[in-house]
Amino acid sequence: MEMFANSSSISKGMGEVVASEEPHVLAVDDNLVDRKLVEILLKKSSCKVTTAEDGLRALEYLGLAAHQDSSKNSNGSKVNMIITDYCMPGMTGYELLKKIKESSMMKDVPVVIMSSENIPTRIHQCMEEGAQIFMLKPLKHSDVERLRCQIMQCRG
Amino acid sequence: MEVGQLQRSFVEYMASLFREGFLDGQFSQLQQLQDDSNPEFVVEVVSLFFEDSERLLNDLTMALDQPNVDFKQVDAHVHQLKGSSSSVGAQRVKNCCVLFRNCCEEQNTEACLRCLQQIKQEYLLVKNKLQTLFELEQQIVAAGGAIPMVQ
Repeated sequence: MEMFANSSSISKGMGEVVASEEPHVLAVDDNLVDRKLVEILLKKSSCKVTTAEDGLRALEYLGLAAHQDSSKNSNGSKVNMIITDYCMPGMTGYELLKKIKESSMMKDVPVVIMSSENIPTRIHQCMEEGAQIFMLKPLKHSDVERLRCQIMQCRG
Repeated sequence: MEVGQLQRSFVEYMASLFREGFLDGQFSQLQQLQDDSNPEFVVEVVSLFFEDSERLLNDLTMALDQPNVDFKQVDAHVHQLKGSSSSVGAQRVKNCCVLFRNCCEEQNTEACLRCLQQIKQEYLLVKNKLQTLFELEQQIVAAGGAIPMVQ
């Protein structure tokens, strides 16, 4: 069963040696329409996108799920940013954020939280836990352009 | 009909959809995202919205038909519908969802059923309008014209 969707892969003549110029973003959202929208917005900002429909699948992609041996998974090291919806069944975006920040491999990767609801306590909680930015849905092109600058700065 | 006339009809129709509140600025955002590398973007996203909405409306109908209504579940479905309608700019559907959520909070089955009826009507209206819009676009393209950008 296909759990993730990757944008077209960049062919690298020498296998994994050449690092891609395009930032790689993992986008997590349980809503079908929003997943499509965030994917297009990120691609428009020249990002490579992988989407996941819930927190568990996102963790599995990164090799951080409980049943996985993270040393055997190389996806996480290639991801430059994670953008996740807050309200998701099973594992919320906040819970996903916590798991990412607990991981020695992924803790420095910026995590962006999206929500359709502007709730100050929620925003505060996510920022306290180390979220990079909190964004209000629906996302616009200008929001994602802003994100891209952030990613590029984080990469150094 | 010649291209110029079709294009004018299109512009007028679009303007009316915004004026009457069926669509809001988010729909314009979607249109602006469409380009040569994503030529069918709006139709694709709107199709997903139709698919998602119809599934959610069915789920809502079933959930409200239970002897003991699970209002948390109902609210979860409405939240989803509010999210997708907001993301495509289907303003009237989104506004109905806001009201619906209030009824869920009050755990009022009758009010929820009325909201559901309302949402179904609004959804069918906007679906119809959008399909008409897409047909107009196809006619313009078939007649060799370009689709006008409406701000």
